[in-house]
Amino acid sequence: MQMPEPDARILSLKAELVRRLVRALPAETVIHAPEELRAYECDALTAYACPPLAVVLPRSTEEVAACLRLCHEHRVPVVPRGAGTSLAGGALPTADCVILGVARLTEVLETSYEDRLIRVQTGRTNLSVTGAVEADGFFYAPDPSSQLACAIAGNIAMNSGGAHCLKYGVTTNNLLGATVVLIDGTVVELGGAHMDAGGLDLLGLICGSEGQLGVVTEATLRILPKPEGARPCLIGFDSSEVAGQCVSDIIKAGILPVAIEFMDRPCIRATDAFSGAGYPDCAAMLIVEVEGSEAEIDEQLGVITEIARKLDPVEVRVSQSEEESSRIWLGRKSAFGAMGQLNDYICLDGTIPVGELPRVLRRIGEMAAGYGLEVANVFHAGDGNMHPLILFDANEAGELEKAEALGADILTLCVEVGGCLTGEHGVGVEKRDLMAAQFDPADLEAQMRVKDVFDPAWLLNPAKVFPLDTSAGRRALAAE
Amino acid sequence: MGELTPGSAAELADAIRSATGPLAIRGGGTRAPAAEHATTLSIRGIRGITLYEPGALTMVARAGTPMAEIEAALAAEGQRLAFEPWDARTVLGRGGEPTIGGCVATNASGPRRVVAGACRDAVLGLRFVDGEGTILKNGGRVMKNVTGLDLVRLLCGSRGTLGAITEVGLKLLPGVAATATLTAEGLPAVAAVGAMSAALATPFEVTGAAHDPQSGRTHLRIEGSAASVAYRAERLTRALSSHGALSVSEGEGPWPRIRDAADLTGDADLWRISVRPSRAADTVARLPGRALIDWGGGLIWAEAPPGTDLRAACPGIGHATLVRAAADTHSRLGTLHPEPDAIAALSGGIRDKFDPAGLFRARPVPA
Repeated sequence: MQMPEPDARILSLKAELVRRLVRALPAETVIHAPEELRAYECDALTAYACPPLAVVLPRSTEEVAACLRLCHEHRVPVVPRGAGTSLAGGALPTADCVILGVARLTEVLETSYEDRLIRVQTGRTNLSVTGAVEADGFFYAPDPSSQLACAIAGNIAMNSGGAHCLKYGVTTNNLLGATVVLIDGTVVELGGAHMDAGGLDLLGLICGSEGQLGVVTEATLRILPKPEGARPCLIGFDSSEVAGQCVSDIIKAGILPVAIEFMDRPCIRATDAFSGAGYPDCAAMLIVEVEGSEAEIDEQLGVITEIARKLDPVEVRVSQSEEESSRIWLGRKSAFGAMGQLNDYICLDGTIPVGELPRVLRRIGEMAAGYGLEVANVFHAGDGNMHPLILFDANEAGELEKAEALGADILTLCVEVGGCLTGEHGVGVEKRDLMAAQFDPADLEAQMRVKDVFDPAWLLNPAKVFPLDTSAGRRALAAE
Repeated sequence: MGELTPGSAAELADAIRSATGPLAIRGGGTRAPAAEHATTLSIRGIRGITLYEPGALTMVARAGTPMAEIEAALAAEGQRLAFEPWDARTVLGRGGEPTIGGCVATNASGPRRVVAGACRDAVLGLRFVDGEGTILKNGGRVMKNVTGLDLVRLLCGSRGTLGAITEVGLKLLPGVAATATLTAEGLPAVAAVGAMSAALATPFEVTGAAHDPQSGRTHLRIEGSAASVAYRAERLTRALSSHGALSVSEGEGPWPRIRDAADLTGDADLWRISVRPSRAADTVARLPGRALIDWGGGLIWAEAPPGTDLRAACPGIGHATLVRAAADTHSRLGTLHPEPDAIAALSGGIRDKFDPAGLFRARPVPA
């Protein structure tokens, strides 16, 4: 992975820039000592790191605007940062950038159960949004696995999903409004407490734009009443084809489970050994969860298990209690931890049409064997979002590069079968150079023209999302 | 002016590249008469369902495909569109054949929008041709896709001002076995919105919440399996007992008429107002004519004497779109809600990028 050479003009500007930042903002919001900058040198894609020029952690939208105005004036790149949990390097600094973090913006600004919304500052963590309303029977639906740590700002930037989006959608489907600070410090309000856009849907455009268009400091989020209850069943099969068939049959029967999770044998074995969840040793396993009253849950699980039993399952286990539900989910929820015990791994995030599952799993197996690497698969089967985990040994020279090459091959395969490079993690730097596999040059040009409107000098989150060669002309022009 | 009816995206792109004057992109022609000062660029020759996978809740259709064809294909598999698109012909008193392209280009969403999301929430991907005649794609046919900037949401509801949509990928929902409507009589708007808010805050999955100020009726819809609908109707009736008595009826009920605002036909101007639900009653109190509240208070259909500027009369709303009015009222008041300068500058900048020659700016499609 390449990053552009840092701009010598900007590097030499550091002292002046810090002086001006400290004059415009409270001193404690500006971090510039080299040893303190180290804490911001990477996000959760830890393979890449680079300390920034400075870090600013504002306490208000006005302070965010002041920081952006200054950086814009001095033509200094700005990398917005939520909680730094991006798996795609979405918040990876460049040596000549200012990191603009929302970590101090954590307030709940308004809660309205009448309007079913909550307005928060975007440094607030995903889980603590639900935390603010759950005592009153509400929740915020998008639930990325990093929800304990990840910030709403990052969720909006990456249009984050989670395990439950088959029923509840992803961030863009649950975002009503945003306060956005543009690169020149202009503050705009998009959407609000009402539904839908009167003109162009700029809120929909901002969501998932990976910090390329502006910095979101406040968000109005849709909250939902908590279901009466939820219960999973576990279904094991001795082939992934049949497991895929089962998913399709469940959906065709008119059931919309709140989650359908898939694990393959390497993943089942590793997570079972790690968590003691008591999973069957089989080729493929589904966890299917439904919601409603006890009677509604029984009715839906009845239909699901009937479908499964026709497909000659290895095991069908319907949870009868909260304790049993936790045990069924235990292994799945500890999947990444379990894999981390075994090895270093890269977690991919491509999406495929659900019907392509058996073919794609077979090809992944073949490609992994070709590289001499092992891959374990966990998968949001209802929506086709795959998470192949490529296992490798980071201490051995050349292994990371090999794993990355396999990852690129797998993501290209996802695109070839009608899917996409990333379902919920975002492009960042990780998938930046694969974008040409999914988009024609004209498609990328159309996206870059939209960025031109919001960020004409290409200062926001530089060298992300768009392949470096594709954006080179624009970046060179902006640097002049 | 004339009409062009390309039969493919490539022909459409050719037509745009060779255009010498303004173009008005048109689906089934249900929303507006043919433009007088622009060549009509019809997409109805670009039609047909190209992919339907019921087991993946996914359909891909060309933009000129009639809604009726899509709905028939879905009904055959017991599935449906979550957002319950409304049909503009009723309130506009027009003919024509609604198409999926027109539906997406206007983000047309009905009563279920309040819980299931709008049309824009169900669109997985698009192909479209911009004002330079370039064929573009964004999104795809899978439910989770965050690859690159989201031009899908940008094109949904852009009313033919950014490009001509040629193909749409859609997320579907399973259909339901049973529907019930709970109706309260005689509630004033304040109490009706209160009851709807209370209903939408229960876990009983209300999929429609509307109030008719003329009849004083408030309707709540529940959908699902027969047993589940019966259970939730009973629980909801109990949960809302402090808001008044509810009668329960089975079947489709008033929802098709609510979806199309079928009682609000006539010569008065008609507006669609998007408002914070808790401001709905206050807004309705300022209206000069008949109204219909949907989306639990989030949407108000409002009639007004011809030429009245309802936006000025209703402060604090999200936005108001002029649906039915004389052409000069549309141009004087603006079909779409005026935007603050900074947002108008961004929207204008985007329109300039997608349509540098201004071919698509004849006038925005209403509704």
